[in-house]
Amino acid sequence: MWGEIIGRRVVDTELTGTDTQAPFIQLLSPDGTRRQDPAWDRYTRDVDLEALRGFYRDMAATRRLDDEGTALQRQGQLVLWVPLKGQEAAQIGSGRATLPQDYLFPTYREHGVAITRGVQIAEMLRVFRGISHGGWNPASTGFHNYTMVLAAQTLHAVGYAMGVQRDQKGWEQERLAAEGGAVMAFFGDGASSEGDVHESMVFAASTQAPVVFFCQNNQWAISVPFEVQSRVPLVNRAAGYGFPAVRVDGNDVLAVHAVTRWALECARTGQGPVLIEAVTYRRGAHTTADDPTKYRTRHEEEGWDEKDPLLRLERHLRAAGTGDDFFEAVKEETDRMAAELRATALAFPTPALEESFANVYASPHPLVQEELAFYREYQAGFADGGAASDTTDREDAK
Amino acid sequence: MTMAKAINAGLRRVLAEDPKTLLMGEDIGKLGGVYRITEGLQAEFGEDRVVDSPLAESGIIGTSIGLALRGYRPIAEIQFDGFVFPGFNQITTQLAKLHMRSEGVLTVPVTIRIPFGGGIGSVEHHSESPEALFAHTAGLRIMTPSTPHDAYWMIQEAVASPDPVIFFEPKRRYWLKGDVDTEHRAAPAASAQVVRQGSDATVVAWGPLVPVALAAAQAAQEDGRDVEVIDLRSLSPIDFDTITASAQKTGRLVVMHEAPTFGGLGGEIAARVTERAFYSLQAPVLRLGGFHMPYPPSKVEANYLPDIDRLLEALDRSFAH
Repeated sequence: MWGEIIGRRVVDTELTGTDTQAPFIQLLSPDGTRRQDPAWDRYTRDVDLEALRGFYRDMAATRRLDDEGTALQRQGQLVLWVPLKGQEAAQIGSGRATLPQDYLFPTYREHGVAITRGVQIAEMLRVFRGISHGGWNPASTGFHNYTMVLAAQTLHAVGYAMGVQRDQKGWEQERLAAEGGAVMAFFGDGASSEGDVHESMVFAASTQAPVVFFCQNNQWAISVPFEVQSRVPLVNRAAGYGFPAVRVDGNDVLAVHAVTRWALECARTGQGPVLIEAVTYRRGAHTTADDPTKYRTRHEEEGWDEKDPLLRLERHLRAAGTGDDFFEAVKEETDRMAAELRATALAFPTPALEESFANVYASPHPLVQEELAFYREYQAGFADGGAASDTTDREDAK
Repeated sequence: MTMAKAINAGLRRVLAEDPKTLLMGEDIGKLGGVYRITEGLQAEFGEDRVVDSPLAESGIIGTSIGLALRGYRPIAEIQFDGFVFPGFNQITTQLAKLHMRSEGVLTVPVTIRIPFGGGIGSVEHHSESPEALFAHTAGLRIMTPSTPHDAYWMIQEAVASPDPVIFFEPKRRYWLKGDVDTEHRAAPAASAQVVRQGSDATVVAWGPLVPVALAAAQAAQEDGRDVEVIDLRSLSPIDFDTITASAQKTGRLVVMHEAPTFGGLGGEIAARVTERAFYSLQAPVLRLGGFHMPYPPSKVEANYLPDIDRLLEALDRSFAH
């Protein structure tokens, strides 16, 4: 009986005052038509055709990376890949709205955002090849390392923003608008149920820290649909904390870009936090260890195929006179990128466990030193026979 | 001065000396903390540096991590030992691991102050000793002072550390008085201190139980037993050299803590010392701690906590070998 009641999951719109199909900002309709919306004109008027072609290039590179990641995993070259197919507009639109002085806290699926921050993608593959837990330098890119414990990074983002707020204390509005830093916290519809998201929004509202919460609602938390996480659109939650929020078509790169610029401007100029809910769809699996056919229908997936973010932008660009030569050039470019990635990834030197001892602590720790000394001695015992290797080469050779 | 005042003075000094330091916690501002450890600091350094945070421990730790990533040195207060667990995820999966995750690029110099231990006659969750849970986590440093002088200097050492530090404050000793020399720095926390010389047996204790160990050693003296007492001070790393040297000298070792014996740090110390000094030992290393139960109601805590008599009984057992 309980199963039946829980199974229904009817959203009572009279009780909640809303429904799950709440309207959202859309500036490129699925057929590629660019809509004029005076409310967002300030954030889109300089996004001309050339800029949109740039977005397309980024989105195509992201998708090509994604396909390559999946292929490499299938071939046993990566331990795992986290696909993002379908979320390219949400990631490129938001990432391209950030400034160099901003700092971004991703989850573990923001490969597109990483591209916009200048992360060397080959370095990211180090994470998924089992070489490093971090992969790239977060300090030089302003793009934090991936956080795998859901939502933990949303609190780091708010704390970081509290630091930015202190560093910029006393700045004039003009200087804030030009040089001020802002912070972005990425998370998903699944993570929105975590307590840390709640606490991060409480702290952000309490401190008015310059942070933008960017939720990619891709409808699925591995196998669990969005309606299990929330009975109201996530955008509604911000009202409970007391800061503004906007719901945007996450497959519309122009709209995502516009709302993120607005949100970052709010944060940058001392107006406090903003929540963005980007409604999108995870077209692929949660990770390469997942099998979506077990929990969702092909019919549902086909419905979103038509709303694909690259397809939409391509339609717009073609209608605006962009020819085959552009798309062919992008394809060549991204194929070349993929080939280089593959070559670089396969050539990564296999690390030695010994290196892991180095970064447990920032200053010497006697136990780590003692165990390292033991480990070295133990390894040295194999020197003659060469039977034990400190690297995982022997695993690779299987 | 009291240990409470000594920690307050140590915090005042780091706030004055390093503009990147700041305090975060529940009720630490206007109230000065439920134990008044931060009394007067908000008035002196302002609300940006002594922050009355929302009531959420994961939030306090998580935002402290973010502040540290931005270049600050946050000192977070968890109000009571038993309330650290909502923040346990942030401490163990994030704070302890970020340096390694970033391949050494990031440091997260966060200090987490936790009043710990029992003997204060309080309700559930206010008397616990969870140090082993943190000591088991690589990436964290753990300290606990037993005197006002150590408290004054060790809190400064904790804040200055590039690594995250869990700073356990023995809350039932907050009112313990002692001389504090603000000119001459205490020995680094990582070196255990022999606080009483002896030749017949060694007792290792830390935080709230150091005075108990000293009192028991005094009592044992009357029976003609000369007991050495070591104040461990740092629980990660642990100064095994000092403990081993003492055990080799005396041949007998008892490790005492308030935390339950099973799975506690006493077991780790016993094992290490046995490995290092097996042929010097005249008796098995004994452990003395809380029983395997949730911390009991305060009317019976006196019978739960290791005290002078329990330590003397443990010494008897050691000498019986």
